[in-house]
Amino acid sequence: MSQSATDAPPGRAAAGAVRRKGPLTRAAERSWRPAALLLACSGVWWAVAAAELVEPYLIPSPAATFDVLTGKADYLWQHTWVTTYETLIGFALAAAVGVLTAVIMVYSSTVERTLYPILLIAQVVPKIAIAPLFVVWLGFGVAPKILIAVLIAFFPVVISMVTGLKAVDPEMLQLSATMGASPWQTFVKIRFPASLPYLFSGLKVAVTLAVTGAVVGEFVGANEGLGYVILQANGNLDTPMLFAGLLVMSLIGVILFALVEAAEKLLLPWHASRRDTSVTAAY
Amino acid sequence: MTMERRTTASEPAPTAGQAPGGRVAPAVRLDGVRVRFHTKTRDVTALSEVGLDVAAGEFIAIVGPSGCGKSTLLKLVAGLLAPTAGEVRLNGERVRGPRHDIGYVFQRAALLEWRSARRNILLQAEMRGLPPAAARRRADELITMTGLDGFADAYPHELSGGMQQRVALCRALLHKPPVLLMDEPFGALDALTREQMNTELNRVRRETGPTVLLVTHSIPEACYLADRVVVMSPRPGTVTEIIEVGLPAERDYTETMERPEFREAAGRIRTLLGSVSAHH
Repeated sequence: MSQSATDAPPGRAAAGAVRRKGPLTRAAERSWRPAALLLACSGVWWAVAAAELVEPYLIPSPAATFDVLTGKADYLWQHTWVTTYETLIGFALAAAVGVLTAVIMVYSSTVERTLYPILLIAQVVPKIAIAPLFVVWLGFGVAPKILIAVLIAFFPVVISMVTGLKAVDPEMLQLSATMGASPWQTFVKIRFPASLPYLFSGLKVAVTLAVTGAVVGEFVGANEGLGYVILQANGNLDTPMLFAGLLVMSLIGVILFALVEAAEKLLLPWHASRRDTSVTAAY
Repeated sequence: MTMERRTTASEPAPTAGQAPGGRVAPAVRLDGVRVRFHTKTRDVTALSEVGLDVAAGEFIAIVGPSGCGKSTLLKLVAGLLAPTAGEVRLNGERVRGPRHDIGYVFQRAALLEWRSARRNILLQAEMRGLPPAAARRRADELITMTGLDGFADAYPHELSGGMQQRVALCRALLHKPPVLLMDEPFGALDALTREQMNTELNRVRRETGPTVLLVTHSIPEACYLADRVVVMSPRPGTVTEIIEVGLPAERDYTETMERPEFREAAGRIRTLLGSVSAHH
């Protein structure tokens, strides 16, 4: 009696967990909390502006910001495109160079021992501090912005890829050796695919950093891009425009992050973190 | 002194039915093998003066306390590890590097998560550059033989531990290796699945006929499957005794457990392992 009574609740809980849910239901379940928080923040913003607790030139009302977003859409769009372009090129270069560097470092301990400390030192140097130098070297075009985006986004890619390539199951490599596989075959069929979940976690960090890199480059010296828009707005005390620029900039980051995550889901449907029941729970 | 240790081992095995005569070169031969590992803090002798002859087609189980170098022994045969001293021969040829004429099964299935069961099995063929059509047929054959029908397109995370291990076994058998090395392949499985896997391995072995070296912690498993059981001493591991099980090749699981030959062998191994650990 008492046995079945104590057994019943976990049994029911398990049955509830197993029930299948549609993708929309799951998406709604995941996103309602952050959406609610965001809405609450907007509410506070609106209330602060409406009650005129702060001068409007310090914090513009949501309505004023929205007016800028719609009324000056062409202007914003033109600069958004520039920043997005710099971000994407910077991110792509960082990903390509980062993966390549990681592969070389993992396969050559000499290169790793030589390069790793230098990478670390390079990472410690604040990129924002050397940004003006790039403008001096490369001018006011997109080149210095892309370079800063690459430099900022490069590090997480290398670190995650190195970790991923080293995390391969040693028994899998031994098995590969007994199969007479060439190093290239082992890399293509085992090591590289096994490292992809790690790479993607690095790419997700990198893509948001690339936006920062591009904007920092624009701050230092530019006549286009969202960084330039914000600086101009700041100089003119045009806070609605400044807020609009900030919103669009955040939106770029969020959209790019979502795109990388979507690519991950598409390419790695097998990846552990995408499963309903995690591997660690199964063991 | 190596010779004395090997006396039991070097006798031709009467139970090895598939062994062609027993006069040909043994499938596996270890002679005076010693392995020392150097770690930061100390040197460890994993194996010392190990001698063993395994006839072609023979099924050898290796039992011994944890850390006695059972797995090391398999790695030596596969050429994944070089002995510090002594000689390892596989199919009459001295082992000098990773060997391709073997199939290897680890305790963990070691499957590629992004490949279906069938494609995991076919990895063996891809790496070896075997003709794809024939490899596919062979894979399907093995899938049926190991009872994986209906799961060929499932991914590893959708399979139970027992099924994953079956996939690993199929992958190890795909290229019809003359020697199959198994390192505690069923150690992580529950008792019932383990018995099932034992029955299947016995059948698969009769149908495909490779020489098998099986490392196990289970005395019943060793006696049920093997022609001879190698009992090893604690570190530094060496061969304490080799026990002939003397059962027919075809073995029903429960019926075998009842047989006097089985009980005698299991009892002897238990005594040996008991006395071995009593010294510790």
